[in-house]
Amino acid sequence: MKPSAFDYVRPLSLDEAMEQLAIDPFESKVLSGGQSLIPMMNFRLARPERLIDINRVPGLEGIVPGQDRVTIGARTRHLAVQNTGLQGPLGSLLRTAAAQVGHLPIRTRGTFGGSIAHCDAASEWCLVARLLDAEMTVRSTRGERTIPAADFFQAIFTTAMEPDEILTSISLPALDDHHVTGIAEFARRAGDFAIVAATAAVKIEDGVVTRARVCLGGVSEVPWRSQAAESALLGSAWSAGAVAEAAAAAADEVDPPSDSHGDADYRRDLVRALLPRALNTAGAGS
Amino acid sequence: MNTAEPRSWTGRAMPRLEDPAILRGWGRYVADVAAGDDCLHVRFVRSSHAAGRIRSISAPAHVTLVTAADLAGLHPIRAVLDRPDYVTVATPILADDVVRFVGEPVAAVLAPSEAEAEDALDEVVVDIEPLPAVLSAEAASRRDAPLVHDTEFPGDPNTVVDGRIHTPGFDEAVASADRIVTVQVGSSRQSAMPLEARASHAAYDRATGRVTLHATLQMPHMTRTGIADCLGIPEDDLRVISPDVGGGFGAKMTLAREDIVVVHLSRTLRRNIAWIETREENFLGAWHSREQVYDIEGAFSAAGELLALRGDLVCDVGAYSCYPVTFGVEPLMAMAELPGCYRVREYSVRSRGILTNKCPIAPYRGVSRPVQVLAMERLMDVAAAELGLDPVQIRRTNLVGEFPHRTPSGLVLDDASHLETLQLAADMADLAEFRERQRAAREAGRYLGIGFSSFAERTGYGTPAFAARSVPMTLGREEIATVTPGAERVICTMDPSGGVTLRIGASPHGQGLRTTLSQVVSDALGIEPSSVRVIDSDTDTTPYGWGSFASRAMVIAGGATLIAARELAERLRVLAAHRLGGLPDDIDLVEGHARRRDTGEEIALRVLARDTYHNAQLIPDKGQPALEAVGVYDPAGTFANACHVAEVEVDPDTGEVRIERFLVAEDAGRLVNPAVVDGQIHGGIAQGIANALYEELIYDERGVLVTTSLMDYLPPTVAEIPPIRIAHLETISPASITGAKGVGEGGTIGAPAAIANAVSDALAPLGIGVFHLPATPHRLRTMIRQASRTKEAAS
Repeated sequence: MKPSAFDYVRPLSLDEAMEQLAIDPFESKVLSGGQSLIPMMNFRLARPERLIDINRVPGLEGIVPGQDRVTIGARTRHLAVQNTGLQGPLGSLLRTAAAQVGHLPIRTRGTFGGSIAHCDAASEWCLVARLLDAEMTVRSTRGERTIPAADFFQAIFTTAMEPDEILTSISLPALDDHHVTGIAEFARRAGDFAIVAATAAVKIEDGVVTRARVCLGGVSEVPWRSQAAESALLGSAWSAGAVAEAAAAAADEVDPPSDSHGDADYRRDLVRALLPRALNTAGAGS
Repeated sequence: MNTAEPRSWTGRAMPRLEDPAILRGWGRYVADVAAGDDCLHVRFVRSSHAAGRIRSISAPAHVTLVTAADLAGLHPIRAVLDRPDYVTVATPILADDVVRFVGEPVAAVLAPSEAEAEDALDEVVVDIEPLPAVLSAEAASRRDAPLVHDTEFPGDPNTVVDGRIHTPGFDEAVASADRIVTVQVGSSRQSAMPLEARASHAAYDRATGRVTLHATLQMPHMTRTGIADCLGIPEDDLRVISPDVGGGFGAKMTLAREDIVVVHLSRTLRRNIAWIETREENFLGAWHSREQVYDIEGAFSAAGELLALRGDLVCDVGAYSCYPVTFGVEPLMAMAELPGCYRVREYSVRSRGILTNKCPIAPYRGVSRPVQVLAMERLMDVAAAELGLDPVQIRRTNLVGEFPHRTPSGLVLDDASHLETLQLAADMADLAEFRERQRAAREAGRYLGIGFSSFAERTGYGTPAFAARSVPMTLGREEIATVTPGAERVICTMDPSGGVTLRIGASPHGQGLRTTLSQVVSDALGIEPSSVRVIDSDTDTTPYGWGSFASRAMVIAGGATLIAARELAERLRVLAAHRLGGLPDDIDLVEGHARRRDTGEEIALRVLARDTYHNAQLIPDKGQPALEAVGVYDPAGTFANACHVAEVEVDPDTGEVRIERFLVAEDAGRLVNPAVVDGQIHGGIAQGIANALYEELIYDERGVLVTTSLMDYLPPTVAEIPPIRIAHLETISPASITGAKGVGEGGTIGAPAAIANAVSDALAPLGIGVFHLPATPHRLRTMIRQASRTKEAAS
């Protein structure tokens, strides 16, 4: 399949990119890694009249640790995230998640921010962003604003960004060493989008869960923060049994879609199976 | 006749001569022919309704639109089989009046580029009045079912093939049995899914009025015949070339309606025309296969001997027949070959092909045999469990061990090694060690399983076999005589420099045939494969042949090559004896020379060759001033055989199957090139794994295909294919003059059953057996959930 005709511009600065985007925001698309946009254009599911290629715009890449938060440039490639030397439970989560993004050629081109702006409910970065209440910084000729993850992901392929806005960076909380983090997903083949994915960040102090974050993919239109699992975990003694109970609570809570890869019951079963794997409780006591 | 034939090249795993160019990206495919050519691009408008009447097709004035009305005078495709139960249906080149499946071509648009043609496609409006559709074989054959074609059906509605065999002693054998074991097996629809979808490029030559069609094909000569018949033109008005082909797997042996349109437009517009099929179109319209359900009943003695076999086999054949092999291909192969490698004395079978409003079926690697073997191998394992036998033991009891063996459907199994490959496979698997591991794993809550699959692979069958199956094929006008595929011809020529050219009617498309035929020629002539050039897949430069399909090329084209090369060698010996003295039988052809065995005197073949062409006065016996021989081979066929073993682990929580080991004991006769043979087995098994666990075409309740991209239709990647260990036996059968048996389909035939048996073995503690493929994680997990609920309810 071939895309419909489009114009192509390649700005050399963020200001220029925002100006280009402001010309005709509804008919324009920002091209970053292109790993979703280009296939969608080839399928003619997307028919932008203008592509604004931000690959030559400086200052959009890198992982910068701060005092309480870590800032990731929107155009940071998945492979750079996979190779990050960032310490602690956050670094470990980012590396584990990045390794599950597509295949190597996808990871070398595709970007962290592109994945979040694309807003696929099964994507690793949308899950991690929602899990950790990331803050998305977006800019346009009208100015800059920051959108919390809870508001950002609105529906499938739909975010809170306005058509003239460019995602520039994403900030995540630096997790202290009391946290256990992880992600587990199930796909039919290596590198496919997950049918269901589970990710969690659990703070354990003196053997007791003092903060629980659980986020599920593939069970709703946008990443699903499982309050049932989080409240089941919170205050409980850290054990494989507690995680299994939380997974069961999450499975009962969700109302997943059915498609050719699996029906709702199957997805609930996967939630039950994957959350313990995300937190790697196989070796923990029950 | 000289008997000291050197064997230095045959049997050697030499690298394929084809690979250096292909691996460097220097291959030339149809899209490469079209790229940069000043051609018009065609895109096809396809039906979005499973059944309906076309009210109108319209487009804005700037769109060049072609409909059935523009194809007046063209004949529909009529694939005919000479059987009383066969119902012939015509395939219009573009749908006229009615549509019969989603994806059926109803119109074409033309534009200067692919993208503009895609734009034009968006502007065409097709108004279709929906009609009731039948979407399953079961619904289609019910009384009062809507008819897919408005024609007479002698039996049940929409039933186009209804074959039966019933041996005289069947009822008595069933009555004497100790145990009747029944299984129902089935397969979802699957696509052969070649990496390169269909493509064609027709070039119009103003000087001659001829059209040269480059298309991605397995049967260039037959395609030319088919297109010429539909257009009503002499074959010589058309040259068909199949350049490098990115995979065929059977899907490129069937005549495409689209290719006929492309050639017709090229002739009428006097322009070059290209069509590059998209992946979506390939899923929608380029042939499906394997949607079958078999009800099987085995009558066993207490000792596990299969006394009689009954089968009710149903194949959903889609909306049209396929040319040339017809939609009888699946039901009739299933009926003839269901017993496979087992001694079945009494046999009662009914095998039906039933029309539905879905994409037509056509051959895909293995045709019905992956499902046949699934049926027999599940039957063996279920019977073994019911009779308290070991799976190896029950197979040993029933495998054919004496040859030739006549099957109840009249096939003759030539020399093979079913018992020996089973034993070899069992030894490789080390069953006792596995059972110990399996027991320990079960205690730890893990589910390991092992599965065996024994099968015979019918290969290299020529005219006698096709005539016996009574599958004459005709097309277009009734007065065209029926035809029966079979022989291959080759022309082997030595040029004045001593180089050899082999023109073949077969049409290799990835099998490495240029390499393997060069090896055969080299041994016969005492030269090196690098000095042999194989010319194929061009109707202007090669002898008429049937192409490459049904695991035939190495057996039939290879046999013809051996015959031609031996004749040429004999001529060289005569010429050499004339120069060196002695008798032709005293001459050996070695290392590019003809050498007297007694004196050691020799003369270079290139000197003999040059003199033959340039100094005809030196030629003895008033022979031709040329070095050329024609070989023709038309065998009845030979059966390769193998035993596959799969070892799996099933994740009970997700339903995922991981293949831990895959073992093969193969007998493909003489291995001309072991690396090529192993490559065929590897690729075949990968497709068998796809069939067993991954690939599935899904229609929704309105007959719309849901799986139209590689996000939904899932061929396994290298990450899903385990290492495959292969051991070879080499039974040399007189049924093949090279000693080689075909090996193109065996991997795909045997692997699904081995995996189904392994998964069933793994889940036996839960009482779960796998009978329908693919065994997707979703399906397995659903069975596991239900099994554990039943267990809970019982406890």
